Amino acid sequence: MGKRVVVDPITRIEGHLRIEVEVAGGKVVNAWSSGQMFRGIEMILQGRDPRDAQHFVQRSCGVCTYVHAMSSVRAVDNAIGLKIPKNARIIRNLLHGAQYQHDHLVHFYHLHALDWVDIVSALKADPKKTATLADNVGNAQMGGAAYYRQVQQRIQTFVDSGQLGPFANAYWGHPAYKLPPEANLMACAHYIEALRLQARAARMHAIFGGKNPHPQSLVVGGVTSVGDMTPDRIAEFLYITKETQDFVKNVYIPDLLAVASFYKDWGGIGGTTNFLAYGDFPLTDAEPDSLYMPRGVVKKRDLANIGMAYEDKVTESVTRAWYEDGPALHPYKGETKPLQEDPKYRPDSGKYSWIKAPRYDDLSCEVGPLARVLIAYGKGHKDIKPVVDSTLQKLGIPAGALFSTLGRTAARGLETIAIGDAMQGWVMELVENIKGGDTQTYEPYEMPESAMGVGLNDVPRGALGHWIKIEDGKIGNYQYVVPSTWNFGPRDQKGQLGPVEESLIGTPVADAKQPLEVLRTVHSFDPCIACAVHVIDPDSNEVYKFKVV
Amino acid sequence: MDKERSFYERLKEKGVSRRDFMKYCTALTATMGLSAAFVPKVAEVFAAPAQRPPVIWLHFGECTGCSEALLRTQYPYIDELVLEVLSVEYHETIMAAAGHQAEEQLQHAVEKYNGKFICVVEGSVATKYNGGYGKVAGRSFLEIAKEVCPKAAAVIALGTCASYGGIPAAAPNPGGYKGVGDAIGIKTLNIPGCPPNPINLVGTVVNYLLLGKLPDLDESGRPLFAYGKTIHDQCPRRAHFENEEFVEEFGSEEAAMGYCLYKMGCRGPETYNNCPIAKFNDGTSWPVEAGHPCIGCSEPGFWDTMTPFYEEM
Repeated sequence: MGKRVVVDPITRIEGHLRIEVEVAGGKVVNAWSSGQMFRGIEMILQGRDPRDAQHFVQRSCGVCTYVHAMSSVRAVDNAIGLKIPKNARIIRNLLHGAQYQHDHLVHFYHLHALDWVDIVSALKADPKKTATLADNVGNAQMGGAAYYRQVQQRIQTFVDSGQLGPFANAYWGHPAYKLPPEANLMACAHYIEALRLQARAARMHAIFGGKNPHPQSLVVGGVTSVGDMTPDRIAEFLYITKETQDFVKNVYIPDLLAVASFYKDWGGIGGTTNFLAYGDFPLTDAEPDSLYMPRGVVKKRDLANIGMAYEDKVTESVTRAWYEDGPALHPYKGETKPLQEDPKYRPDSGKYSWIKAPRYDDLSCEVGPLARVLIAYGKGHKDIKPVVDSTLQKLGIPAGALFSTLGRTAARGLETIAIGDAMQGWVMELVENIKGGDTQTYEPYEMPESAMGVGLNDVPRGALGHWIKIEDGKIGNYQYVVPSTWNFGPRDQKGQLGPVEESLIGTPVADAKQPLEVLRTVHSFDPCIACAVHVIDPDSNEVYKFKVV
Repeated sequence: MDKERSFYERLKEKGVSRRDFMKYCTALTATMGLSAAFVPKVAEVFAAPAQRPPVIWLHFGECTGCSEALLRTQYPYIDELVLEVLSVEYHETIMAAAGHQAEEQLQHAVEKYNGKFICVVEGSVATKYNGGYGKVAGRSFLEIAKEVCPKAAAVIALGTCASYGGIPAAAPNPGGYKGVGDAIGIKTLNIPGCPPNPINLVGTVVNYLLLGKLPDLDESGRPLFAYGKTIHDQCPRRAHFENEEFVEEFGSEEAAMGYCLYKMGCRGPETYNNCPIAKFNDGTSWPVEAGHPCIGCSEPGFWDTMTPFYEEM
């Protein structure tokens, strides 16, 4: 029996996550992932107006904002049998693309970078050498020795103040940090630049969505932002997406490659086995055929035989989660009841998480950037395949290294290149459409008394599905299975580990008191735990028996 | 006045105009609601902070949208806020430390700055089942709130969840979620909204600096200058309301002409906030400008009292 190491809270994520690992012989031999909060948004949705659901579910997460609202209106669109107008499709895609650009940048620099970058080491860097390094690896607009000297001075002043704030008590100086001081300084400078850029990038949501976080321009049937389809608004959107993409290509990707080149061993750590993507960005009404990022399933890492993904093969298991026991069921039939008690954390044989365990065809599947990129790569996607091949070549690693923590982190950057570039084309498509006289943004409808619908998307963190059952014109049942439920779910009724649990096994841990390596793999999935936990009690009306204390 | 003048002179020497300073205040969320003992230090804190004001930011039953909203401030940018203005001692979303090192940092900060730190709370507190529906490091939100909040100089409830319970408290409220003030029986300064507009915090800070006191609050604990008028009273579409020019269907000609959204369910008449004036994301837009009715997100209990959203009031 190895040593048990608990990391709780996992910081630099959304939500409340606890990770426990067992370490033996300097490696992780067992792992448990546990969601620590339950709000019950699906229970709250019961009996409400189907049109309102999007506003509730959007509050699942303020980091992956927008995406739940989108899947929700698509589920209701689908239940009604609506086809939304072309402008609405494009604007929904543009808002979603903006979320990708924003989210992936923030993840790399602000949630993940400090697992690889040692800020304290940056103080030892030579600013001149840093400038040279930056010129060699990237094409950033900001730079030069004076620039890096100023950044370094700023960090020094901060450290000298003795108030280290959010950077206090971290793993600085840990032996697993491999970057030279100059690379650390360069990354610190870009951490700060990216903080500023993300605030500007979020304005894309405000342009067609009124605000960010939690944009508010989607409705069942289309979008409401008809007044923003003006030349100045569209031009502003285009400008910001280009500015963001400039940073992605000239700073983010070069940094990613520079950092990766020091951590190539992580191309052999942190991999999983099966992958699922619903795909996203419909380029016409035809789904899944027209999806820019394709739908598919990879089983046992076999990229030569990518299957189609069908939503009816999704089930959720609650054997090891804090809900009353029952069989694994499809979301339309989900029968879940949260334990009405202070839940006991029993990782070894009992229940240990608020996150349920979704399975596709009974398989635990990783979702997210790596799943999407693998599926697109395997299908020979015209924009994804070249960037993946050139990255593998630059790093001098084989395609097999994609199944790893490094591959996951790289995939996030690589898909941002493709999606961000594609967005510019979608903006022009919107312009052409408006020029042609089509300003329709909404399709009227009658809400059916009873219907069922599903909204499938692939959002920055992975495959997202919302299922709605409308009864008497109200929400009879609502269920969503989100990316972090897939990735961070616990064991299922067969004992099969969740993807993150699987990925952690074999991870080296140099110092059990400072499990930096564990954080690397956990963060590579970009956890969003508030999204992951939300459960419904569909048929029993049990919810109404609760008494508010 | 001397103090004030020298403060602005010093700012000017640093190349910061008075106007810039006002903008600078935008992100100074945590300096709101300081205790009276803190007043004389404020100017020094800005001009040459011997010690940056410590902030402990607690995440409870939340979606992190309030933190994200703060990250979107551009005057100043968040890096200036974190590196030069405040000392954010604990904030799970941005801090480098994790696990027991993070919790150690929290304990350390609470002890070191006992009675002096600003506590910003994001999210509501589960109270049923011994607080069992929400935990950090094995301790319930309720336990953490009871331990940390009373030791703060001031507690700022940021967002509708921390202020009034928000979405997890919507019926049937499975976890017994409450706003932090209700949950542990303390008074909080509330900046509601889902998410709140960080610019609403600026005025609080400016008010405090120039007048030397906290802004007046309404009965829901909200600063009156930001939450004193309804959306409806400040809405640029108000004239259409008076002229009885209404949107009656999305995508209609009336929608394209920017008519009043009252009949589409707009909650502007019942909602106190300054969205039409302040707007979001550096003044880019706000929901009604995007053609969508207001959903009333800064009102207590809005998830139950304002729904169904698309039905006329």
